[in-house]
Amino acid sequence: MIQADHLTKSYGPVTAIHDVSFSVDKGQIVGFLGPNGAGKSTTMKILACFMAATGGSATVAGFDVFRQSLEVRRRIGYLPENAPLYADLPVAAYLDFVAEAKGVSRGLRRSKVADVMDRCAVADMQHRLIGKLSKGYRQRVGLAQALLGDPEVLILDEPTIGLDPRQIAEIRALIKSLGGQHTVILSTHILPEVSMVCDSVIIINRGHIVAQGTQSELVQQVFPAARVEVEIGGPSEAVAAALKALPGVTSVGAAVSGDGAARFVVESPRGRDVRGDLTRLAAARGWELLELHTLGLSLEEVFIRVVAGEEHSPQIVENVQETA
Amino acid sequence: MGWVPIFRKEMRLYFGSPVAYAVATFFLFIAAFFFAPSFIQYAEFSMRAAMQPQMMGQGLNATENILRPLTYNMAVVLLFFIPMLTMRLFAEEKRAGTMELLLTYPLRDGEVLAGKFLAALVLYVFILIVTLFYPATVAWFTKIEWGAVLTGYLGLLLIGGSFLAIGLFVSSTTENQIVAGFGTFGVLLALWLLGWFADSAQGSLRTVVQQTAIIEHMDGFAKGVIDTKDLVYYLTVIAFALFLTLRSLESKRWRG
Repeated sequence: MIQADHLTKSYGPVTAIHDVSFSVDKGQIVGFLGPNGAGKSTTMKILACFMAATGGSATVAGFDVFRQSLEVRRRIGYLPENAPLYADLPVAAYLDFVAEAKGVSRGLRRSKVADVMDRCAVADMQHRLIGKLSKGYRQRVGLAQALLGDPEVLILDEPTIGLDPRQIAEIRALIKSLGGQHTVILSTHILPEVSMVCDSVIIINRGHIVAQGTQSELVQQVFPAARVEVEIGGPSEAVAAALKALPGVTSVGAAVSGDGAARFVVESPRGRDVRGDLTRLAAARGWELLELHTLGLSLEEVFIRVVAGEEHSPQIVENVQETA
Repeated sequence: MGWVPIFRKEMRLYFGSPVAYAVATFFLFIAAFFFAPSFIQYAEFSMRAAMQPQMMGQGLNATENILRPLTYNMAVVLLFFIPMLTMRLFAEEKRAGTMELLLTYPLRDGEVLAGKFLAALVLYVFILIVTLFYPATVAWFTKIEWGAVLTGYLGLLLIGGSFLAIGLFVSSTTENQIVAGFGTFGVLLALWLLGWFADSAQGSLRTVVQQTAIIEHMDGFAKGVIDTKDLVYYLTVIAFALFLTLRSLESKRWRG
């Protein structure tokens, strides 16, 4: 449904994105992740036909975003960053304008506007000026305007920013319900949001795509080893040496010791469980096994690893391992 | 018909806020400063003429003595008013970021431009209609030549349309309303003052400069004469300024 091929965009001497390629299938919800200034918004602006790429091409619903911009724009709903809206218009009047601009016929307009106001829970504020609304309401009015005209593709730049926790949950549920019939591409800073809402993830950093796939694929890709954290009461050097000697253990992280106990992160090939061996080792040596658990690899760790790895700074990577 | 939603939105913003009423009121008020003295003077002259029947009221013509200078003076006042009508149109959309949404709706750039230009033009026509109060007042007391008056208004419509188109263009080049307002005023003033430079120029240059000056072409209309040359001049200015605006909008897509 969305196909980006080698997209490049530079603002004068600054390259915002470089050689970005990805594709999104119909009905999928894709999360766009990246630190600030990574090029998420730039990519979305190109897909929404707001600006042209310097190089490469992209198609949405089979139409080229540059050459067939009008056809693309008939099929997308776009929510830019910070939901820019007309502060001097009341909510209902604004949405009526958007519906008209998107070519919703006169007879249907009123019911379509009422429908999106219900779905985004802004109906109670429909006669208020947009400028007088709270950030959360404005964001939801922005989402409502994106939904008008039943677009096949939704491009949402940070849709849940500025909302309170309850509203975030509602909007996430709304976006999730859009999957299936609509193709959604959304950007966010909030990593758990991606796990909750998205089918797959694209991680972008410094204008490059550094990883893409489903969440479990990413974890496999980035962390080929299974990790276990263990805390053992005993002399830390002796424990470290014994752990390294265990069959199946590929590496033992630096010890964090205190109160006569030491804490290690032990890595082994994925699929090989070393926890049994660890318990037996501790029992045989007469050490106390204080804690033992596998480290669940969250998207957050994947994100930090790939983004930090990009910086080519081993120190950061090491810190991540220690804190993980 | 993509211009209709933009037109309706702009009309709503003009008439839903105090903008339209404030501008119309002030315009009417300032025009009154030009109208009242000549109206009173004319009344005194005609009174004296009535007391000296041998003069037979020679040279007394309400259209020529009151309304022609008024038309010309209103054109001068437009220099200050039109920038206030147009400065918001694109600059505000760019500053607030709403331009980004506007340009991703299925509307052609030309339709967006047409909607905005027509909305500003309709507001301007509304203000012009309000100022018909002055000729109507004169007509209440004495006979006036409505043909000449309306020709003057046609001139005002054309020169105002040119100002609006120029204002739209300047507004499309900046994010700052104040810059757009003063920029428009500067451009309009420069086009106005060209007429003065013409006096110091020689030969064909003189003709060129004179013919470029925007007020030069107002004279005919104010006198009640429709000259094709003047008509073509204003329509060309409008078309050219709108063309530049369209280019400026397109370039936005490239520069991002």
